[in-house]
Amino acid sequence: MAALQTALALLGAVLLGVVLMAVLGHNPWEAFTGLIAGSAGTARGLAATVRKTSPFVLTGLSVALAMKAGLFNIGTAGQFLMGSVGAVWVGIQFEGLPVWFHLPLAVAMGIGFGCAWGAIPGWLKVSTGAHEVITTIMLNHVATLFTGWTVFAGSTLSTTRPGPLWDSTAGPVSASTDVLASARIPWIFGPPLRIHWGIALALLAALLVWWLMERTRFGFELKTVGAKPLAARYAGMRSGWTTVLTMTWAGGLAGLAGAIETLGVNHKFAPEFGGGVGFEGITIALLGQGHPLGIVLASLLFAALDAGAPKMQFDSGVPSDIIQVIQTLILIFVAVPALATWLLDRMSRTQHVSAVAASLRI
Amino acid sequence: MASFTQSTARFTAGLSLLLLTGAFLVEYAPFADIQAIRMLFGARVLNFALCAAIPLILGALGGILCERSGIVNIGIEGMMLAGAFAAFVAKTATNHWALGPSLLLGTCATLLTGAAMGLLHALFCLRFGMHQLISGTALILLSMGISATFFDRDAVAVGKFAPWPVPLLSEWPVIGPLLFNKPPITYVALLAVAVVGFALAHTRWGLRTRAIGEHPRAADTAGVAVLRLRYLNTTLGGALAGLGGGYLVLEAVGQFQEGMTAGRGFIALAAVIFGNWHPVGALGASLLFGYAQAIQNELLLAQATILPRHFISMIPYLVTVIAVSGLVGRVRAPGSLGQSYLRETEV
Repeated sequence: MAALQTALALLGAVLLGVVLMAVLGHNPWEAFTGLIAGSAGTARGLAATVRKTSPFVLTGLSVALAMKAGLFNIGTAGQFLMGSVGAVWVGIQFEGLPVWFHLPLAVAMGIGFGCAWGAIPGWLKVSTGAHEVITTIMLNHVATLFTGWTVFAGSTLSTTRPGPLWDSTAGPVSASTDVLASARIPWIFGPPLRIHWGIALALLAALLVWWLMERTRFGFELKTVGAKPLAARYAGMRSGWTTVLTMTWAGGLAGLAGAIETLGVNHKFAPEFGGGVGFEGITIALLGQGHPLGIVLASLLFAALDAGAPKMQFDSGVPSDIIQVIQTLILIFVAVPALATWLLDRMSRTQHVSAVAASLRI
Repeated sequence: MASFTQSTARFTAGLSLLLLTGAFLVEYAPFADIQAIRMLFGARVLNFALCAAIPLILGALGGILCERSGIVNIGIEGMMLAGAFAAFVAKTATNHWALGPSLLLGTCATLLTGAAMGLLHALFCLRFGMHQLISGTALILLSMGISATFFDRDAVAVGKFAPWPVPLLSEWPVIGPLLFNKPPITYVALLAVAVVGFALAHTRWGLRTRAIGEHPRAADTAGVAVLRLRYLNTTLGGALAGLGGGYLVLEAVGQFQEGMTAGRGFIALAAVIFGNWHPVGALGASLLFGYAQAIQNELLLAQATILPRHFISMIPYLVTVIAVSGLVGRVRAPGSLGQSYLRETEV
C-alpha cells in the first residue's frame, strides 16, 4: 500500500509538472525526454546521477533519523557546510601522510564538525526548550558565514585578514587550497565520468542507520522517544540524552555528505561552488518513508532530476529551476497520501498521514 | 497567562524607552560626540532598526494569527517570499503606470498572494491532514521554486514608496523623523500591532480565536466553528506575512532578489515565540532583532573592529538563537498548537 501511494504521489507531481510546463509554453514531452536523456541516456549522465546521489542519501538519512525521534532537522545545509570545512581543514594539511590514515581522518573531521553543528540545537532544545526549527535555521546562516570566512580572500577595503584556509595563490578568489592527493576519495571511474567511492560510503551509512534503528537499543529508545514520549519516560529512558545524541548523529550524517562532496568531487571548498544542500533531505526522507532503502531510491530519483535538468533546459527551454517546483510537488503529494489517492478516484481513506510524519511531534 | 503577557509587554516598553532615551541623548546631550553612543543610538542606527523590524513585525503578526488558532506556521518565510515576488511581478508589469497606482497594485498583489499561501497552508493542514511542519516547509520550497522559475532577471521595478510625513507629528524632535516620517507600510505594520492586539484581547473574534487555539473541543462545544475560524485566521495571517515580504520590494529595497527574505520569516517566528504569542511582545522582539541587524550594519560601516565581517554578520542570527534559548519556563504556547482537530475523534 505504501509503495502504491508513493507511486501515485510521484504520478501526481509529474502530472502537475506537465501542466506547469505547458502553462510556461514549453513542450513537456521534450522536457521529459531531455530529463531522461540527461540523467540516464549517456554514460556521463548516468555518472552524474550516481555522483549526485550520495549527498541526497546522507541528508535524507539525517532528516529521517531526527524525524524518528520526533525532531525536525531543517539544518542539514549548515551541517553539510561545516562538514565540508572540517574535511578540507584536515585535507589540505599534513603532507606525506599515507592515504589509509589521511583520508579517514579528513572524513572523520567532517563528520565531527557536522556532529557538533547538530548537537548544539539538540542540546539547546533539551536544556532550554528552544525549538530546533528556529535554532537549526539560524545555525544554517551562521555556518554559511563561518565557512565563508574560513576561505575569505581578504578585502582591499578593510584590514581584515584572509581566512585560515584561503589559497593565497588563487588571487582574490575566495577558495581553499586544494585537498592533498592523500586525502581525496579515490575514483571508481576517473574523469570524465568522475564517479568516486563516496557513493559506497553513503550506502554504508544507510546500512548503518538501518542497523542502528532496527537492531540496537539506542534505535529502540530513539523511536520510542519519538513515537511515545510519555511511555519512554515511564520506561526510564533518558529522552533528553536521546534527543541530543540523535541530533548529533543527524548532524554527523549531513557532515559526512559535506566531507564526501569536498574530498570526492570538488577537492576544495569555495562558497561559490554551490553544490550545497537545501531542504531536499526532508522530501527524500518522506518519499523514502523513513526507511534507508526507500531513502536510497528516492535519492536516485532526485539525483536523476538534478543531473538531467541542464539537458532538459537545453532541449526544451524549460528553466531548470522548475525541478525545484517538481520536487516540492513530490513533497506535497507524499506528505498527503490523500491527495494522491484522490487523483485515482479515492482508493482508500485509511492511513492518511505517512508513518514518518506521524511520529513528528511539536 | 496574564503575568507572561505583562512581562513581554514590559520588555517591549522597556526596549522602546531605552532606544528613544538614547536618541534624545544623542540629539541634546553632549554625549553626541562619543562615537560609541552615536553608534548605539544615532538616527541612522534607529532608522535602520525600525526598517529591519517592519517585515519581522508583519511576519510575526501573521504567525500569531495562525498559531493562536492552533496551527503551527514555520512557512512564514515562504509566505513572505511569495509576497515579495508577487509585489515585484505586479510592480514591473505596471512600470508604465503612474507610481501611486502601480505601487497600490503591488500591495494588493502581495496581500492576495500572501492570503493564498495562508489558505494553502490551512488546506494542507486542515483539509488534507498534512503535518503542519511539513506543510510549512512545502510553502517555503514552493515559493522558492516558483520565484526562481518565473523570475525575470532583467526586469527592474521603477520607484518605491516615498515617506508620508504625518502633519504636525513629523515636526516633533527626534520622534518625528523616526516614527512619523515613514513610508505607508511602516504605519500599517505599527497600526496592525495595535489592531491585532486589541482584537485578540477585546473582541468576540479574539476570544474565539484564543479559544480554538487553547481548547478547540471546548470552543466547538460552545458553538464556535473551529475549522472555519482556523481557515479564516490562517488566510489573514498569510496576507500579513505576505505584506512583510512586499514591504521589502515596495518600500525597503525596491527590487527582488532570489531568496531575498534570507531567514526573516524564521526570525519572525522566533519573535512570535519570544513575544509569547502576543502582538505587543512580538513587536518588542522584532525591534530587538531589527536592532541587532542595525548594530551589525553600524559595526560593518565603522570597520571599527578587528573581527572579520563574517562574524559581525552573525550577530542577528546569534541574538535570535540566544533569545529563543533564554526563555525556559517564561513563555507558553497555545494549548492545542500543532494538533489537528477532528470532530469525530474521541480524546
